[in-house]
Amino acid sequence: MSDNLKAPDPLVPVPQGPVPVLPTGSRKSVEITIDGATVAVPEGATLLEAGRMQGIDTPTLCFLENLTPVNVCRICVVELEGSRTLVPACSRKVEAGMVIHTDSERVRHSRRLVLELLASSVDVSTAPQFQDYMSRYEAEPSRFGPPGPPAAAGERDSARPGHHHAPDGSTASRVAQPVKIDNELYVRDYSKCILCYKCVEACGVDAQNTFAIAVAGRGFGARIATEYDVTLPDSACVYCGNCIGVCPTGALMFKSEHDMRAAGTWDESAQSQTDTICPYCGVGCTLTVHAQHDLIVKVTSPLDQDVANGHLCIKGRFGWEWVNQDKDRD
Amino acid sequence: MDLHFTSAEPTPQERAAIDGFLSRLPAGGPRRQYLLPALHVVQTSAGWISEGALNHLCRGLGVPPAEAFGVADFYALLSTREQPRAIAHVCDDIGCMPKGAESLCNAMEATLGPAGSTGGGPSAWQRSPCLGMCERAPAALVVVAGENPSEQAIGPATAAVVLGALAGDAPPEPGVAASLPQAGAAGLRLLARAGSIDPTSIGAYESAGGFTALRRALEMGAEAIFSEVTSARLVGRGGAAFPTGVKWAAVRREPAPRYLICNADESEPGTFKDRVLMEGDPFALVESMVIAGFATGCERGYVYIRGEYPLAATRLENAMARCRERGLLGDDIAGSGFSFDVELRRGAGAYICGEETALMNSIEGFRGEPRNKPPFPTQVGLFGRPTVINNVETLVNVPLVLTMGAEAFASIGTERSTGPKLFCVSGQVARPGVYEADFGITLREMIELAGGLAGSGKLQAVLLGGAAGAFVGPDDLDVPLTFEGTRAIGATLGSAVIMPFDDGAYLPAVLRRIAEFFRDESCGQCVPCRVGTVRQEELLQRLASNDVHGSREDEVALLAEIGRVMRDASICGLGHTASSAIESALARLPLPEEPK
Repeated sequence: MSDNLKAPDPLVPVPQGPVPVLPTGSRKSVEITIDGATVAVPEGATLLEAGRMQGIDTPTLCFLENLTPVNVCRICVVELEGSRTLVPACSRKVEAGMVIHTDSERVRHSRRLVLELLASSVDVSTAPQFQDYMSRYEAEPSRFGPPGPPAAAGERDSARPGHHHAPDGSTASRVAQPVKIDNELYVRDYSKCILCYKCVEACGVDAQNTFAIAVAGRGFGARIATEYDVTLPDSACVYCGNCIGVCPTGALMFKSEHDMRAAGTWDESAQSQTDTICPYCGVGCTLTVHAQHDLIVKVTSPLDQDVANGHLCIKGRFGWEWVNQDKDRD
Repeated sequence: MDLHFTSAEPTPQERAAIDGFLSRLPAGGPRRQYLLPALHVVQTSAGWISEGALNHLCRGLGVPPAEAFGVADFYALLSTREQPRAIAHVCDDIGCMPKGAESLCNAMEATLGPAGSTGGGPSAWQRSPCLGMCERAPAALVVVAGENPSEQAIGPATAAVVLGALAGDAPPEPGVAASLPQAGAAGLRLLARAGSIDPTSIGAYESAGGFTALRRALEMGAEAIFSEVTSARLVGRGGAAFPTGVKWAAVRREPAPRYLICNADESEPGTFKDRVLMEGDPFALVESMVIAGFATGCERGYVYIRGEYPLAATRLENAMARCRERGLLGDDIAGSGFSFDVELRRGAGAYICGEETALMNSIEGFRGEPRNKPPFPTQVGLFGRPTVINNVETLVNVPLVLTMGAEAFASIGTERSTGPKLFCVSGQVARPGVYEADFGITLREMIELAGGLAGSGKLQAVLLGGAAGAFVGPDDLDVPLTFEGTRAIGATLGSAVIMPFDDGAYLPAVLRRIAEFFRDESCGQCVPCRVGTVRQEELLQRLASNDVHGSREDEVALLAEIGRVMRDASICGLGHTASSAIESALARLPLPEEPK
């Protein structure tokens, strides 16, 4: 029986992305020194994992357990003795003898600046974790000046790579722009995008293999886009919503949530979360149903659930409107 | 892969150009790596990359259109928006700035309208970062797409010549000797041939000593070449000064297949030595690559050349073809049993692609975003394989090591900077150009070699090492030009840029242009560089206009903090050095405030 379980059925698509593997007892361990304590950690672990084993809470933005680390946000950087620069904890693997400082002045400085650079250019109002980090590192984004004006619709999408209008410096340039609403299921508010690449990874080989979106542009003009910025209905999007599932800032949001927030009726304190199994097919993905006043307002899926690792399809993610309609009828 | 396409279709011309390109590709194997060459084909044929053309080439290559769009939209020489077929890229960077770039831009604007406007006429112009023609400033690159495409680098450029080139009337190429004031002089080693022989003739190259080193190398064997290069203490000439032998040793240890890349994407403002070498002595680079490939056991080589170097690319293609005809490139080289071929890949306007891992992503058909290191390219490089990547000038030193011997090579220069060195001298000197000198020549001597100061004759500052280098003042002229000598005064040799500014230059404007450059050229991947370069530019604007937040001291302190996070936490060298020159100027030089 166990042999049968090991043999993959060729008809079942095998996910190409990394599947998190729990460290097993048989892994060799290496000794590193982390914040003064010499500890043994499993070979192949990242500095982030090593820190977590010691109870060290390293901030992360672009990292997610079910995606390949891209180490682009640089909030998780730590000091590695002997290294000219700081190193990203999320992707740097442990090596025997490493001496790591996770809370030195140098580390705190970079984390503070990363937060300030982001918060001065991006709307982080729907990223609660971000606010916690801001107070932990005493970030003051206003140091770069008052916020600059928003871009007109399409302006950032049509910027030429390698060119920009010279700023006068009186305000801090932002990525602010109108929300893109082109379908009934979710909205894209790129004023809130910190360019963590997670949605692109989830749309691509790490989960969905749909490739509807990619990073386009360059430098401060870099952005998440479909080809030629065609609308989602014209793109390859299959509305699995896995991009929303991984978005850390609310840039990608259920239209239901977006509309309720706009109407002032979104109230997380009044919401319950209930885990259930998706009723649609035989895969058996776990759904976390978010309900407010007995109406479903959105559906997520826990990352640590090994059927789908937090990813869903359009039915599990969005196929609950009829439940609310029933309630409306009551 | 199940791909989805919009309904947009290519024009018949676009379809023909793409189908022609696809039919020339080798059968089988992953095709993603042909994305950038395919985008070049469309750009050259239509003048821009339309949605229909992108769809068609994506079908042929099996690439998702959103990803291909992200790649096309990364490069400044490709356009994903319709534009006129003839485009002039006019350099307004720091090398051309004191040589009349702004009046050239004004003249272009008077005729064609504002930069970047596509007013419906047959041609348009854009401002460009450094085109690598600083010795011929002010420079322009005219690209004409269509049935008779052309690319023409022009310098010194006047509006009349640029407009003529846009209309199809290309000015004559001045010849590389004009960029080599020492051409023909006795005692030159790296520049022994450039500017003196016909760069298109394999016979001329051979008569001038070409292929002596290759024949010697094939007799010596890989181990002996490797040991010569190591004992010559050759270090990389691209800017990072990494020991070539150490890099080679790391790749030799790894399993085959291995790749060799020649990094010919020099784009550091003020740098043009590799261009002049490739234009003047292209066979030398091919010979050097074969030797390096042989010594490191690589099965294939790539030259990645910046898109702004059309003449160097043509000369290299010719040199490679002639070498193949003579059996000196390809299968069984010179009857030795060693087979090695080289493929030329052209960049498309992105400074970041000179970063070695960004360059590899670019070849593979991805956005030119640097990879996280480790793993280093020597282990996981091009196509995931162990890869040697060396700069043009580094490679061209290899035949020299073999012909003169490691000991004699190492006796040139200093203990830690061995061999001859090329310098890119531009700005306010009487005879700008590429100069060869032994390591250890002082900055003062180098400026004298270039005919002394031009302009007012009174030196204000020298930019050493490029935009990622440092400014030094008139008191630093006796610094020996070696890796260790420049480091000792807190500067860097970088890509050997020597750019003096006279007292008439307005340095705050130069610093702003440098900040603008790094903002434009940041790939945008990591936060410190993507946003830090923007904040740095904004802050310099405030300092220059004296419209500061808080006090000037507050602003200078904030600038240092921005520099620090870029240096500490960016992914790659672009972010690490994006504040170097600016901070060095603020620390060393008395900067004037902008007149109100």
